[in-house]
Amino acid sequence: MTIVSAPMPTELDQPQSDELTDDLTFVAKPWVTIVWNDPVNLMSYVSYVFECYFGYARKKAEKLMLEVHQDGRSVVSTGSREEMERDVQAMHEYGLWATMQKEDA
Amino acid sequence: MSGGFMPRGKEVMATFSGFEADLLRSLASQLVELLRNEVAAPTASNDPLEDLLDFSGPTTEPDDPVLARLFPTAYPEDGEAAGEFRRFTEGTLRDGKARSAVMMIDMLEESGLPKELDEDGLWIDVEMDVPVAQGWMRSFTDIRLALATRLGVVEGDEDYWESLPDDDPRTQVHDIYDWIGYLQETLVRALQGH
Repeated sequence: MTIVSAPMPTELDQPQSDELTDDLTFVAKPWVTIVWNDPVNLMSYVSYVFECYFGYARKKAEKLMLEVHQDGRSVVSTGSREEMERDVQAMHEYGLWATMQKEDA
Repeated sequence: MSGGFMPRGKEVMATFSGFEADLLRSLASQLVELLRNEVAAPTASNDPLEDLLDFSGPTTEPDDPVLARLFPTAYPEDGEAAGEFRRFTEGTLRDGKARSAVMMIDMLEESGLPKELDEDGLWIDVEMDVPVAQGWMRSFTDIRLALATRLGVVEGDEDYWESLPDDDPRTQVHDIYDWIGYLQETLVRALQGH
């Protein structure tokens, strides 16, 4: 499934030889998936979802879960717009409250 | 009361009383009904031809607060992108959630829960592999989200629910919500053992 691809940067102030790499780096990482705290989902469950869906080590999964719990939200993945749409959809499948936005937003 | 889920070899298992299994079936059935009943109709556009051809999915948040929680808005600050995302995902998500809940009902019945529970002292053993257990785990979540939304559960409100009289119907519903949470906790722990 494809929706809309991430917009290409219009201008890159970089030497010609690096342009392609910078361009790819810029396009590959401009979006984030955010999981928000809710009063229902169990901490163990949220951590397990991060572990089994993203393949994160238990320590990292627990750290992100605690961020959600204590700070109200956590950036759980970063990538292209299509990748983040897949991640947000998967989080909704697991019943987590997830949204996406541009990284610098 | 059931002791919840336990790992068993490569699988996980649980034993439920007939009453508990019947209650799980009833909650899962209500979830399926909710997911399938409210029509996920696409929003009308200004183009009649486009409207007629567009049966792909809804673009606006569901009216029912439970459904709105099950299918949150993915782009909170971009209505158009949020609508597109919803159009392409909500139908699939609804089907997946309904399928998981139906799987739970089927397994309870295949494990010995009669269509009409009329005997005392019945016990139901369920045993499942990891993918099926993850389906149960997602259905427990959906059921808890539905109950919590109807009850109006908020962060740190345990004392409030404790203070309600036993004969308040909300007390009973909140007890069920807590019980599903207990099952969820034991299931996650059993899965983490794998």
